[in-house]
Amino acid sequence: MNAPLLVFFVLAALAVGGAVNLILQKHPIHSALSLIVVMVSLAGLYLLMGAEFVAAVQIIVYGGAIMVLFVFVIMLLNAGIEEHTNFSKLAGFAGIPLALAVTGFIAAAVARSNDAVLSVSQTGAVAPTKELSTLLFREFVYPFELTSFLILIAILGAIVLAQREHS
Amino acid sequence: MIPTSYYLVLSAILFGLGVVAFIFKRNVITIFMSIELMLNAVNLAFVAFSRALGQLDGQVFVLFVIVVAAAEAAVGLGIVILIARNRQSLNVERVDLLKL
Repeated sequence: MNAPLLVFFVLAALAVGGAVNLILQKHPIHSALSLIVVMVSLAGLYLLMGAEFVAAVQIIVYGGAIMVLFVFVIMLLNAGIEEHTNFSKLAGFAGIPLALAVTGFIAAAVARSNDAVLSVSQTGAVAPTKELSTLLFREFVYPFELTSFLILIAILGAIVLAQREHS
Repeated sequence: MIPTSYYLVLSAILFGLGVVAFIFKRNVITIFMSIELMLNAVNLAFVAFSRALGQLDGQVFVLFVIVVAAAEAAVGLGIVILIARNRQSLNVERVDLLKL
């Protein structure tokens, strides 16, 4: 087994383990920490594929900003251990087998497909960030400008939602 | 080197785990985190296809997905704070005004 494959399996096991731990943990802060494990190992996988800019953004924005926001809100609301009320039967008997079936179908379709793209090996050659930025600021410049508008609306929405009402 | 299909299978597994967490969890913050997990799984598939096809478009899409996820997290957590303030609980089963 060559070294990149070994690194892939270690990172994949970390990601899947973190995702399973997210489900198993009762306290939301433990779930948040295991989600950080998933995100950091995904960043490692992006590096393995040579997508270095996406890996950096993944760590800074996802592992940093978004997860800090989550942990901040969990601590602000003093969220305790998840209380287990009468667990919806529908979720247990229909939802989970259905989700597992979807996963199995996608995985089987990928595994059995003989599409040429799927057998292409990831060489790990670094994707040039310069070309990425050229693409982002030339071809995708209108969506890029629209995201700034989206962020502005999100800021306004978050402030309006979270402020205390003046009576 | 590593075949692209490995990344896609891993992406499918992570997405499925996100769906299971979405169904299984009762806490509204944890449900929100499972949505982020699903977005991450899709990002992995985007980058894998981008590298396999030798085109960078997929990585640009990943950047947009991350921006939208950040905006969604800000607004969603504002809603979570409102739910906690009005219901004194984070359990989604207490949020049942639309239920018959």
